Amino acid sequence: MQFIEWGALANIVGLGILVGAGLPSLFAIGVRALAGPGARGADGRVAPRRVVLAWTCFGIAAAAIGGAIMFLAAGGH
Amino acid sequence: MTGVPSRDVHPPTTMVDVNDPLLLGVVVATALAFDFTNGFHDTGNAMATSIATKALKPRQAVLLSASLNMVGAFLSLTVAATIATGIVDARIVTLEVVLAGLVGGIVWNLLTWLFGIPSSSSHALVGGVVGAVLAASGSSGVLWSGLTAKVLIPALLAPVVAIMVAAIGTAIVTRITADVEEKDNDTMFRWGQIGSASLVSLAHGTNDAQKSMGIILLALIAAGAVPADSGVPFWVILSCALAMAAGTYTGGWRVIRTLGKGLVELSSRQGMAAETSSAAVILLSSHFGYSLSTTHVATGSILGSGVGMKGASVRWSVAGRMFASWLITVPSAALVGALCYWLDTAVGGTAGSYVVFGVLIVVAGLIYLRSRIRPVNHANVNDDWDPVEDPEAYVAESVSVHNPAVMRVRRKDLKRAKRRARREARRLDREAQRRADEQHRRAQARDRTERR
Repeated sequence: MQFIEWGALANIVGLGILVGAGLPSLFAIGVRALAGPGARGADGRVAPRRVVLAWTCFGIAAAAIGGAIMFLAAGGH
Repeated sequence: MTGVPSRDVHPPTTMVDVNDPLLLGVVVATALAFDFTNGFHDTGNAMATSIATKALKPRQAVLLSASLNMVGAFLSLTVAATIATGIVDARIVTLEVVLAGLVGGIVWNLLTWLFGIPSSSSHALVGGVVGAVLAASGSSGVLWSGLTAKVLIPALLAPVVAIMVAAIGTAIVTRITADVEEKDNDTMFRWGQIGSASLVSLAHGTNDAQKSMGIILLALIAAGAVPADSGVPFWVILSCALAMAAGTYTGGWRVIRTLGKGLVELSSRQGMAAETSSAAVILLSSHFGYSLSTTHVATGSILGSGVGMKGASVRWSVAGRMFASWLITVPSAALVGALCYWLDTAVGGTAGSYVVFGVLIVVAGLIYLRSRIRPVNHANVNDDWDPVEDPEAYVAESVSVHNPAVMRVRRKDLKRAKRRARREARRLDREAQRRADEQHRRAQARDRTERR
């Protein structure tokens, strides 16, 4: 009997770091794009390039949540 | 979390025929009670961070979590209709064993709640069942290697994995947003936090409500109330979802307080990183079929968010107490389970099961009364963990801890000291008077000599 399922554990750690640390980082990039230093120009508006970047990041995070809900609903638990 | 489709349900052949509808009712009620404690014990896993960082008001948070638990219970209907598969010999699991196991799980859940310790509900249930099996048929009924590999070792691994993931996440996030204003960080990460916490709640509803559904289904099959190949009746799904949601809404405020305030002082960035790490690790672990306890993962993630944040301090003493309680979860619940089983068989017949149920109600009532002495609720859940913050108080506290005699002043000593002080004051007064007199006399003498 194998006491630790090393394969599964390695997957959990690897993908866990990729997703569990990657998504917050992506979100943080979005936040920095919208509110970081230099985000607002002289007219007090955020440059469109930054807005697009931010919402791409937030969109990926939201999509990940959607995917997770599908995973739960599909009985993957 | 080890999901087994409902078609795989094989009621153990030795399960006694239950023709007494009242006994069936007792087992169903106990399973629902376990579901309730499961809900209110685990609210903190999802919502403690959001409450601590004020992303959500406490009441809002438990309401959201309860609703999502409820939705989660309906979300997927692949029911894990087996309990403790691969951990105990399935042929020994009779209705009495299940009842004793449930009582063991409930009592351990309530005790850990009383002390505000987050502890895994599924481990408590497994522990209760293992104890009951030990009492029923001795150590041969327990598959020890299964117990070690599926319960004990994961309990040690889960927090380590979660600490790692959350620490890395927090470190990266805080680095990226280091020069963003705190106000902007808070408003935006608030939403990230709510999203990830909701996901944890949903996953909890899907996973844990179905354990109780499975137990009730087994009891119904054993009682002959439904055919052996039956799916889960709708009223079972509904009542399990409701029991868990009610438990969640009641809010295990004691556990929430420990998780949110006791381990790390959380900011919204840390909360978001911690909760995302929890969601990712929980979902991945169930995907790879290596079930890690939600509680252990959530606690580990919160600790990790303190490890990864520069300048944050983690109260390892509180964490250590938790780890210790996780190690004794299975044996303690097993002890209660075994005692209940012995009580059940000592009384004998269906009456034994009623007695066990009665004992459960009494014990639960006592624990509830004990909790009223120092209640924790939505109003004081976010109070500071250490009310004494100034250094002087710490010094005084440490002195009082090391040598209480130093700090104590006896009344007699106090009186004597006051008398001495008064005497001293009088003496000083007299001396001052004498000096003043002398000066006066000298001045007069000088006057006289000058006049001559």
